[in-house]
Parts: sequence; C-alpha cells; structure tokens
Amino acid sequence: MTAGKAKKSDSKQASGPEMLAGAELLLRVLEREGVEVIFGYPGGAVLPIYDALFKNNSIRHILVRHEQAAVHAAEGYARSTGRVGVVLVTSGPGATNAVTGLTDALMDSVPVVCLTGQVPTHLIGTDGFQEADTSGITRPATKHNYLVTKGEDLQGVVEEAFHVARNGRPGPVVIDLPKDVLMLDAPLASSPSPRMQTPRYQPQTEPDPAMIKEAVRILKKAKKPIIYGGGGLINAGPGASASLRDFVAQTGWPVTLTLMGLGAVPAEDSHFLGMLGMHGTYEANLAMHQSDVMLNIGARFDDRVTGRLADFSPQSLKIHVDIDPSSINKNVKVDVGIVGDAGAVLKALMAEMKAQNFTPNAEPLARWWKQIEGWRARNCLAYRQSGPIIKPQHAIRRLYEMTRERDTYITTEVGQHQMWAAQYFGFDAPNRWMTSGGLGTMGYGLPSAMGVQVAHPDALVIDIAGEASFMMNMQELSTISQYRLPVKLFIINNEWMGMVRQWQELIHGGRYSESYTASLPDFVKLAETFGMTGLRASTSDQLDSVIQTMLDTDGPVIADIRVEKEENCFPMIPSGAAHNEMILGPDGQEGAISEEGKVLV
Amino acid sequence: MLDKTATETHTLSVLVDNEPGVLARVVGLFSGRGYNIESLTVSEVDAERHTSRISLSTSGTPMVIEQIKQQLGKLVPVHQVKDMTIGPPHVEREMALVKLLNSGEARVEALRLADSFRARTLDSTLDSFVFEVTGNSDKVTAFIGLMGSLGKIEVARTGVCGITRGNQLDLTD
Repeated sequence: MTAGKAKKSDSKQASGPEMLAGAELLLRVLEREGVEVIFGYPGGAVLPIYDALFKNNSIRHILVRHEQAAVHAAEGYARSTGRVGVVLVTSGPGATNAVTGLTDALMDSVPVVCLTGQVPTHLIGTDGFQEADTSGITRPATKHNYLVTKGEDLQGVVEEAFHVARNGRPGPVVIDLPKDVLMLDAPLASSPSPRMQTPRYQPQTEPDPAMIKEAVRILKKAKKPIIYGGGGLINAGPGASASLRDFVAQTGWPVTLTLMGLGAVPAEDSHFLGMLGMHGTYEANLAMHQSDVMLNIGARFDDRVTGRLADFSPQSLKIHVDIDPSSINKNVKVDVGIVGDAGAVLKALMAEMKAQNFTPNAEPLARWWKQIEGWRARNCLAYRQSGPIIKPQHAIRRLYEMTRERDTYITTEVGQHQMWAAQYFGFDAPNRWMTSGGLGTMGYGLPSAMGVQVAHPDALVIDIAGEASFMMNMQELSTISQYRLPVKLFIINNEWMGMVRQWQELIHGGRYSESYTASLPDFVKLAETFGMTGLRASTSDQLDSVIQTMLDTDGPVIADIRVEKEENCFPMIPSGAAHNEMILGPDGQEGAISEEGKVLV
Repeated sequence: MLDKTATETHTLSVLVDNEPGVLARVVGLFSGRGYNIESLTVSEVDAERHTSRISLSTSGTPMVIEQIKQQLGKLVPVHQVKDMTIGPPHVEREMALVKLLNSGEARVEALRLADSFRARTLDSTLDSFVFEVTGNSDKVTAFIGLMGSLGKIEVARTGVCGITRGNQLDLTD
C-alpha cells in the first residue's frame, strides 16, 4: 500500500493544503517533479525518508557503497538523459562525502538535487552526533543550497531546488533536511507552491536581437572562421546539437569541440576538426590560432583549451554565446557577447543570417579549408601498433570500431586514458559521453557508468578507466553486482598514474614521485569476487577477442587491458604555452615548459 | 588613454532576499574568488518583501569589477546589483565612532577640528572624547587620521552606503 497513492484520492485542494509527514511530502513533490530514481545511502538522520521510500512504489532507490558515488551516479544519470539526478544522503559524514561529487557537478554544470539529512532543528549548532554545517560546507560547492527549518517551507524549497538545478546554467542544489522537519506534519498544496508562482530565479534564455544582428554582421565578414562548441550545447538538449549540425551544413565552416562538447557534432563529419586544447588535435589548435572569426557556443574558454591567454586566437573577432552572463568576458575579452540558451541562439542566428541573405565567402573558405587539410595531413593522432605490447590508443580505437553498431555510452575516469578516449573514440550524438572535465575527479567513471546504466538499462555502457582511478570508487562493484548492471569496465592498465607520470617526465626530470600504482589487485579475480566476469588482454593478439567477449557478455565485466607502461599523450600544449607551440611527439619534449609555465597546473 | 589594468574602487549596492545564510553567500563569493571587500554594511530595507540591502566597497581592475557584478547577479537570492560608482549621480555616507585620549592643547585642538568636521561629541571625560563623524569615505578617513595624530585612538567604523540623487525610486518588481 503506497501512502502517496492513497492520499491522492483523499486530497480536496479547495479545502486547503493536505497535511502529511515531511518525509512523505518530500516524496510526493519528487514524484511531481518526475523523479524516478534516487541514488543514496541511509543513515540516522534520513530514516524517515527511507521509511517513506519503503512504502513507495514509484521511486526506485539505488543503494551505493559511498556517498561520493551516489552523486557521480546521479551525474551520469543526468548527463545521459538531460534530466535532474537525485541523491539522498544522511547528515554529517554522508553530506561531507558528497562534497566532491557536488563540486564536480558544479564545475561541469550538471543538474543534481542532493537531499542531505540533518540533526533536528533544536540540536543544530550543538555539535550533535553526525552533525555538520552542511549548508556552510556546501555553499561554495553548489549552485544554491537550502536548510529547511519549517515544514511550511518544504514544498516550496523542493520545487525551487529543481527549478534552480535545471534552469539557466544547470548545477547541483543541496537541500538540508533536519529530522524533525521530516517527521512532523507539513502542508502540501497543489503545484506550484506560492513561492514558485513567480520564481525569483529567471535566467535569460532568449538572445537579445541587437546582439544577434551584430554577430551576423561579423559572421558575414569571416574568411577564416571557426566554430568552437562546448558543454553548453549538451546542456541545451539534443535540439541544440541538431541546430549546430544545421549551422555547419549551411555554412560549411570548420568546427571544433571541447572535452565537454564532444558528440554535439558527429565525429565522422568532415567539418569536425577534433577536440581542441591541451591534448587537442594539431588542426583544431592551429585553426583556432589563425582564425579571423571565432564563434563560441556554450564553451567557457577554460585554461585547458586556451593555453597562454595572451596568444589565444590573437587575430580573431570573437562571438561568445553563453547562458551564464558571468562567463562572458571572464577569461577572454570578446567582441560580441550573447546571453542565451545555445539552441535558442543558434536558431536566432540562422534566422537572422537568412534575413541578411548570408552566403559563405566561397573562395576564402576554400583556401582556409586547404590550409586546414594541410594541418590534418600531419595526422597528429597516428600511432604505431606493432609487436605484442598493446598501445593504449589502439585499445581505445579498437573498442570504438567494435562498438559502432551498438547503442553505446562512454564514461571515463581522469588522466591519460581520458584524453585518449576523447581523441580516439568517436561520438555521433550528444549525451553519450560522460567525463569529469572541470574538476577532473578520479573515481568518477565507475559510479557514473552505474547511473547511465540505470537510466538506459538496455544500452551498452562502458567505463574507460585507468587502473589508479578505478581503485578510487571500486567499492561500487558491490552496487553493480546487486543491481546486475551490465556495465563494462575497460581498464587501461599501465601500472602508473599516467598523466602525473607524464608531467613528472616533462617538468620534474623524470622523478616519478608516488605515481606508481603499487599493489594492484588481480582484476580478473576481483571481478569474480563480485560475481562478475573478469577478462585480461596482455598481448595485442588477445585484444580483439577480449573486447568481443566483453561485448557479448550479458552481465557486468571487468576487462584488464595491459598496455604500454610509458606511453605519453600527444599532442600536448604544455602549461604556459600557446596553441602554436604544441608538442607533437616524444622528440619535442626537451625544454618544453617555460619557468612561468611550471607553476601552472 | 584608459589604463585597463589600474585598480579602481567601486561601491556596489546589492538587493537580496533576507534569508539565513545570504550574507555568508555573498561574502563567501568574494573570499572564494579572491575578490576584495574594503567595507560592507547590511540591513533589512523592506520588511514586507523581506529584502535586505548589502552595500559594499570593492576594488579591482575594470574587468574584475565587471566579473564581481556578474557573479553576484548569478546568486539566487540576489535581486539586483547596482554599481553606484558608475551609475547616475549618487550620495555616499559612512559613519565612524572615534575615541581619543589626550589632554592639554591637543585636546582643545581636537575639539576645534571635530567642530570643523561637523563631528558630534558623544562622550567625554577629562582626558578623552568619543566623536561621531559622518561623511563620505575620504572625509571619515581624514578625520580619523587627524585624530590619530593628536593622541591615542580607537575606531569603530561602518561600511559605506549610497543612494541615487533625484526622484527615481530604484526598486525591483
């Protein structure tokens, strides 16, 4: 018998709000917000909610093994669906364990609502058991947060939390819920609550027509244009990516994407130059450096992309489209800033281009493409797979080639494997690529893959992991096993924290301090301990059959792919360098980083 | 020729919802991003709408000042951010309470100077005064400096608050 459903038939809204226990009210409002899954871990402060969940048949709860994983799972769920991910953790350590995940969601603009338990209101501030100043601790880690002190506020706060999480630039929102508020009765009115009837948070999504006109005026002059697309395209929904594809088709212009924007344009599209930035392609970085008009849609000029700011795209007129006004002119001074949703702005631009009879400058464009093709011919991502040792690039490339026919979602951890995944795995659609970009959280991929699999039970979900990152949240193997989530954990095992080792090689004279992952488990035995399939490929002739077996296995799989231990990730723009100072291979490494560059991350 | 790298001081007037934690949120924004708060004052200004006004003085390059205003505007409880320094003509006031310990000729001089600054004497003993001075930041700073050179002082100073001149009411909704 579900408390929620029973009460629905009783409520007569004309006679005033329904009174029900805070925890029950909470679940009712979550249902109204369309929540189907909660990722969480119980504790004393949230027992009332868990009790209500026990009786609830419409919301599914996924029990993780660490609260950080609950948030990453909610992120994977959100990024792969466009919906808000929901987390439930207890007070004190439950909330503090979630902080890494919340900060990750904030940096990558992922909509998450995190419910945290709290000691009863009369005990707040008394150093109670499992008490923490959650609202103080999570304030800088969230887009917004709330502490609910009165039952009357509960409905309004939850509704506003979802509104804030999903509108404007999406982000994580924490709602701290004292236990007495959960247990005492609170009023539930029909939606929207009075607080939400005129929402105080109203971000601008439609662009200013004057800015659009000015932007098109500049676009018409372009002889060496480049489109630079970012995560904002993904957050704006699949329609935005479709609009971008139309824009590219209409203009014939080259387009590059950031790590967070991959998939907005199909990887195999001839206009796509690959990812740009620190480990971006030669052609993408040089095109950025030499362009005369740059159209930034939904990217934030992150330092991994720009390199040395003084020499970033020095000759171009810049148009920046972003839903977050504080992103515009934050790092890079632009000529036209357009505040708005990426999809809405693209539509407006194309309409204005039609009105102004826009035609691409055919001859200069043809010359620009010729120049770009020259850079492409460098084939900066080429690698040589010869002999028995598997090259990590090859492992990822083969994985991509062998999954082309499947409905595939990829998550990654952080490090060299992440960059190789971005370089060698092609994405044809948005919402298929989940990675920790802004915060770079090792241990993100495994729980994120869980969240993706929960959202898409029949899809192929693969976590491309480094062995060091894998160890950070491997307790979630238990979660995967409990829910029989058929995720494929593809471990690129080089026995080192690869990216750290690469930087130690480059700047610290090869002094590999604490970057060797010692005492690794036998991953095959580990898989079997958790009731999963364990596979290993140690030589190149084993690679294809291991991948095929992994794909053919119905349940969860750990595939331990032993790769070349000291492979470095190229191209690379060392910190403090500019886009035209790329290192393309091992020979360019000597003296690559300047003194100023060494202090940068 | 505009020096884009010169540091400027701006007075910002921020209208916010008066809810628990909102001041911590604004101050946390400044400290988290390394922005500078020279002075700050806050109080409820509309009991019906439960809004408060935070008046603060901050400094930075023009690009940083712009970024500060944008970041403030992003906060959910913030209704409005006004830059009094670049907006329409406005008045600014600050207040300071200055305790001064001295005697003899210096004490007489202090009274004369307080008079010319239109400061009020709130407290007096035979060898001390407590003065109240109101004015714009420069005037208050000058007064404190003067008193400081006449004896030992202790200062309690508010932040700056400002309002536009003229007959336009500047409220949201």
